[in-house]
Amino acid sequence: MSELTLFLIRIAYLAILWIFVLSAISVIRSDMFGARVPEAARGAAPRGAKPPKPSKAPPKRRGSPTHVLVTAGSNTGERAELDQAPILIGRGTDAAIRLDDDYVSTRHARIAASGDQWFVEDLGSTNGTYIGSVRITQPTTLTLGTQVRIGKTILELRK
Amino acid sequence: MAQSGTLMGFVHRRRRGAELFLLVIALVVGIGAYAAVGIGVEGKVPADIVGYGGGLAALVIAAHVVVRLVAPYADPVLLPVVAALNGLGLAVIHRLDLAYEASGIKHDYAQQQLIWMTVGVVLFIGTLLLLRDHRVLQRFTYTSGLVAIGLLLLPMLPGIGRTINGARIWIHLGPFSFQPGEVAKVLLVVAFAGYLVLHRDALALAGRRVVFVDLPRGRDLGPILGMWLVSLGILVFQSDLGSSLLFFGLFLVTLYVATERPGWLVVGGLLFLAGATLAYRLVPHVGQRVDVWLHPFNYYDKNPGSFQPVEAQFGMGWGGLIGRGFGNGSPERVPYANSDFILSSIGEELGLTAVIAVILLYGLVVERALRAALISRDPFGKLLATGLAAIFTLQVFVVIGGVTGLIPLTGLTTPFLSYGGSSLVANWVIIALLIRISDQARRPVPDLSGEDDTDADLESTQVVRMT
Repeated sequence: MSELTLFLIRIAYLAILWIFVLSAISVIRSDMFGARVPEAARGAAPRGAKPPKPSKAPPKRRGSPTHVLVTAGSNTGERAELDQAPILIGRGTDAAIRLDDDYVSTRHARIAASGDQWFVEDLGSTNGTYIGSVRITQPTTLTLGTQVRIGKTILELRK
Repeated sequence: MAQSGTLMGFVHRRRRGAELFLLVIALVVGIGAYAAVGIGVEGKVPADIVGYGGGLAALVIAAHVVVRLVAPYADPVLLPVVAALNGLGLAVIHRLDLAYEASGIKHDYAQQQLIWMTVGVVLFIGTLLLLRDHRVLQRFTYTSGLVAIGLLLLPMLPGIGRTINGARIWIHLGPFSFQPGEVAKVLLVVAFAGYLVLHRDALALAGRRVVFVDLPRGRDLGPILGMWLVSLGILVFQSDLGSSLLFFGLFLVTLYVATERPGWLVVGGLLFLAGATLAYRLVPHVGQRVDVWLHPFNYYDKNPGSFQPVEAQFGMGWGGLIGRGFGNGSPERVPYANSDFILSSIGEELGLTAVIAVILLYGLVVERALRAALISRDPFGKLLATGLAAIFTLQVFVVIGGVTGLIPLTGLTTPFLSYGGSSLVANWVIIALLIRISDQARRPVPDLSGEDDTDADLESTQVVRMT
């Protein structure tokens, strides 16, 4: 073996070692910054792709909610289909359920699916989101008929 | 709050493909090193490269398949990094075998290491298969503490204990020799984590305030303090300084993390300084280590002297930035080049470039362990992962610091690189535990609550009734 070949082998090996280190770091990097999946895609695709429980999208099941209905307040009767989850609730123009209620923030709360369960999550509103008399501080499970109070408005999930 | 995190859309992907990709490069690192050793030392690619590479690949792929099956959300970086380190270590040990063979003494350390690696991977797989949820370990808090102490006491038994190189830390059973301390170390982490998770509030809140440190009540700290003192005492008695340092550090770190009181670090640091000064003055063994560290060249030709660390530094100096290349150095001049001083062999033949890569790989393992601790949802998992990370960090720091002359030398194995079955096996189990914790931590929440639908329904009915 000539001196040059050995030198090249050494350099090549060090290169491989560093390629490994750098690709490990790049995997970590993508793990940190690439894990944020859009809410809509997350609701549908990864759940359906899960092998142990081939649970379809929630509305397929009998008895599961299909829409959110405003049952009390100035916007009574307004509704939003759950297919378009996550559903944004607030005074802003981008909200799926727009409420003309002075006690409601622009982006007030959100209803989203996780697995076959529905959650309501407060988005840092001024006056809070209530279930019953309890102001929620973290995403809370919703079932059919659970009354969510936002300002003077009450919403619930309906079939 | 963890739940809100998932709803905000931060979902960990499984990343098993990324793991496989990294594993392939890791195998190239391991097998490439073996081939480079053959070319450098004997002038040709070793004849058994296919068998060797196949064996290594089979082990690694088996581990990967098991992770894919039973821990699909586990961290994708841990296993490849460890496989690469292990492969590199095997190649360097093989290179030293060849050097010893050239000087007339035949050794097959590399083969034995490969056997131990097989045992390690089997245990890794076994741990993952048997331990589906790391929280089960919490039930064995006291059991594992007692077993750890028992294991540490084993070498003191007259029949099976052996003194090798001044430290009585070995047991011999028939043809096998084993360092029970390596296993005890994992068990102690479990014991510390399990105990502190239950008592951390009492430790942090109840008790008197002395100067600027909140001292906890004796009944809260007592059991764990006793467990720790016993293990530390045993180790000091066996004159295994490296391990005592390891356990001391582990105790401090887990206590600090559990109670969130920085005062512990201050107290621990002062205790360490006091103990170190005392040991330096009173224990001749320690004093000599420190003298050798301060003035290595004055003791070069003395016995006991500094031949080993000085030769290691010569080797690393000769290696320079990119090393001599496999076969062109003489790492065998350093006594125990294949266990404690394996990093100096790497430094000599692959240079600073490779040493930095190796240290970075260790850093990545620790980073992933701490990351698992951060995102873990249960406090026991957090403490367990932190403890394992701490013990790994301390071990790497103590041994690499010793070899490179940063701190006084204490004998410990370099995880995954050094020749030594007990250490290798124990480290594979540590990685298995970390993979299990990270799998639990990265798994999306609804997956856990969705296991039993009836429970979820019951819970939501209660919510309705409250309205």
